[in-house]
Amino acid sequence: MQSKRTIFGNKGLPYLLLAPQLVITAIFFLWPAGQAVRQSFLREDAFGLSTTFVGLRNYRALLDSPEYLGALKVTVVFSIATVVLALGIALMLALAVDRMLRSAAPYTTMLIWPYAVAPAVAGILWWFIFNPAIGILPFVLERVWGYDWNHNLTGSDAMILVVVAAVWKQISYNFLFFVAGLQSIPTSLREAASIDGAGPFKRFWSITLPLLSPTTFFLLVVNVVYTLFDTFAIIDATTGGGPAQATTILVYKVYDDGFVGLNLGSSAAQSVILMIIVMALTFIQFRYVERKVTY
Amino acid sequence: MTFHKIAAASTVSLLALASAPQAQTQIDWWHAMGGELGEKTEALATAFNAAQSEFVVVPSYRGTYTETMTGAIAAFRAGEQPDIVQVFEVGTGTMMAAEGAIVPVYQLMADAGVAFDPAAFLPAVVGYYTDPQGNMLSMPFNSSTPIMYYNKKVFAAAGLDPEQAPRTWADVEAFSRQIMSSGAAECGFTTGWISWVQLENFSAWHNQQIGTLENGFGGLETELTFNGPMQVRHWENLARWQQEGVFQYGGPGGGADAPPMFYSQKCGMYMNSSASRAGVLNNTPDFEVGIGMLPYYDDVAGAPQNSIIGGATLWVLAGGSADEQRGVAEFFNFLSSPEIQAQWHQDTGYLPITQAAYELSQAQGYYAANPGADTSILQMTLNAPTPNSKGLRFGNYVQIRGVIDEEFQRLLAGDVNAQGALDAVVARGNALIREFEAAN
Repeated sequence: MQSKRTIFGNKGLPYLLLAPQLVITAIFFLWPAGQAVRQSFLREDAFGLSTTFVGLRNYRALLDSPEYLGALKVTVVFSIATVVLALGIALMLALAVDRMLRSAAPYTTMLIWPYAVAPAVAGILWWFIFNPAIGILPFVLERVWGYDWNHNLTGSDAMILVVVAAVWKQISYNFLFFVAGLQSIPTSLREAASIDGAGPFKRFWSITLPLLSPTTFFLLVVNVVYTLFDTFAIIDATTGGGPAQATTILVYKVYDDGFVGLNLGSSAAQSVILMIIVMALTFIQFRYVERKVTY
Repeated sequence: MTFHKIAAASTVSLLALASAPQAQTQIDWWHAMGGELGEKTEALATAFNAAQSEFVVVPSYRGTYTETMTGAIAAFRAGEQPDIVQVFEVGTGTMMAAEGAIVPVYQLMADAGVAFDPAAFLPAVVGYYTDPQGNMLSMPFNSSTPIMYYNKKVFAAAGLDPEQAPRTWADVEAFSRQIMSSGAAECGFTTGWISWVQLENFSAWHNQQIGTLENGFGGLETELTFNGPMQVRHWENLARWQQEGVFQYGGPGGGADAPPMFYSQKCGMYMNSSASRAGVLNNTPDFEVGIGMLPYYDDVAGAPQNSIIGGATLWVLAGGSADEQRGVAEFFNFLSSPEIQAQWHQDTGYLPITQAAYELSQAQGYYAANPGADTSILQMTLNAPTPNSKGLRFGNYVQIRGVIDEEFQRLLAGDVNAQGALDAVVARGNALIREFEAAN
């Protein structure tokens, strides 16, 4: 039997070709991650003048801390709300654009715009719109519905604010992929279903959604990572994690304890836990959710 | 021909480059003064550079106080630290504990042989930044204290005497209700800095203890005690007033939403740093602003005592060459000269740090021309400071400020009562202080 595999004579060449990527991974991921793991077992003053090895104390302190468990809960609520809304709204918009024949291009362009806005700028925009003292939205809410919007005091208001800002920012990205995904679904399949008497909803559930599942799965993974990390700037610019830590997600707490509070040991331990959570989530997604994906 | 010309020109310019700045020692100064204050800060360096030729101070703006401090610490860990860094008052505990990373100012001055008289500085300012032996550790740069601003137009419209600032909290409440019921404004008062104004300064102003061991000046084993009956009573009132609309909350930290509420005449009174004076006057062209001292509860013995400062000082980081350190000493000497100090004080609203600068401002007629500009100094020096009112010094205090904001928000949201909120501040704050003690 003849193998189809190509055999490279040179043993060094593959490593050489991989080297740039490996070096980048080592410098920008493995080395800092290793530093974080090392730091998480230490107790150190801010300047690094005295260092004590404390074993798992930083971790134990975190798991005993109601603030940390609170941040965990906030993260779950924030991530689920943001992912569901960002994916759902983007899919609806993509379906709407997909049905258009002529005017799809300008709509697509306009819907992609928010993605070009930096997260911090997006945060500031929403901060102005929602600002209880000078914002337009609280004014309207108060006048029309008599609702006293104050995200400086009401945790749920603050959560709504950061979710809206995070979703608005991410819809564009999801939209782009959904549009591409929809365009790759052969029209003949949908036409065949129509001829067989399937209505628009039946066609969507039985044809479009399953054939879109690779895109959806990819976006799910990307969006979860987005809510866990990239939303930092939005939260920093709008609520600063408040009120009373109602919008402090895990990555914000890493920053707050490490860079503001200068508690590097605890901050490092939180980074390690966050890394493990993301690894576990990604593993679960690939192991279980991917089974339902039709490629 | 052309080649020769170019070669000749290059040689000349190379020579010029080589000879010019050789002699000057560069001193890096990281600061957190943006906007208008930033320009004034850079002007100080420019003036110093113009006044002598041996050193050149290079100021560089590094963002907020927190960003500047953490940036300098990260730079220190990497061995790339600036010579001077501006650190806010709540970072004092962290900087002081970092022996080996900092050069205390008294030592710097002695080593450099620069004449230096600690007695020339205002005790209320310098007391905050000395060690238990009375040695000055950092150079006071921009210090301020909270005062009361009020809208004279609103006062007149409400039938109040526009020349009479509220003296007591009872006045504040009564004035607020009159302002609201007369329709002169929507709310009575707002405030910046809940932590600094309505807890720390409130405690000092009423001669109430903030923490054990002289509010933490006595050592790292200190514990917070500002959950006493007076503070509880005040926070209870604030929460009640917030519900009734008498008081409007301006947000955590500095309270970013508080100034717009005062500028837009939504609230008639406003408490914030004396250094906000220039900003307040710039933003209120439509009405006259009156200035008064912080209100107090008149049934408390010893109140009003004296208020305490906030702001920042300049710390010298270790690792600079002997020449650099001498330059820093000369620069500090320049900064504390009466003319420079008086100018800085009058331009910015920060306190003068020396007695001479205060007297010079008086002699120049500054306070006569700007009524209210000396309220901060009078209030801060109203009485000789007691152990409860000379300031505070705790490790991890940056985080404790955050805890104060969080618990105050929980109080206003109705999740907890005033006693519960302050007890939680003390419990969580003490845990942070113990952590700091263990790490240092």
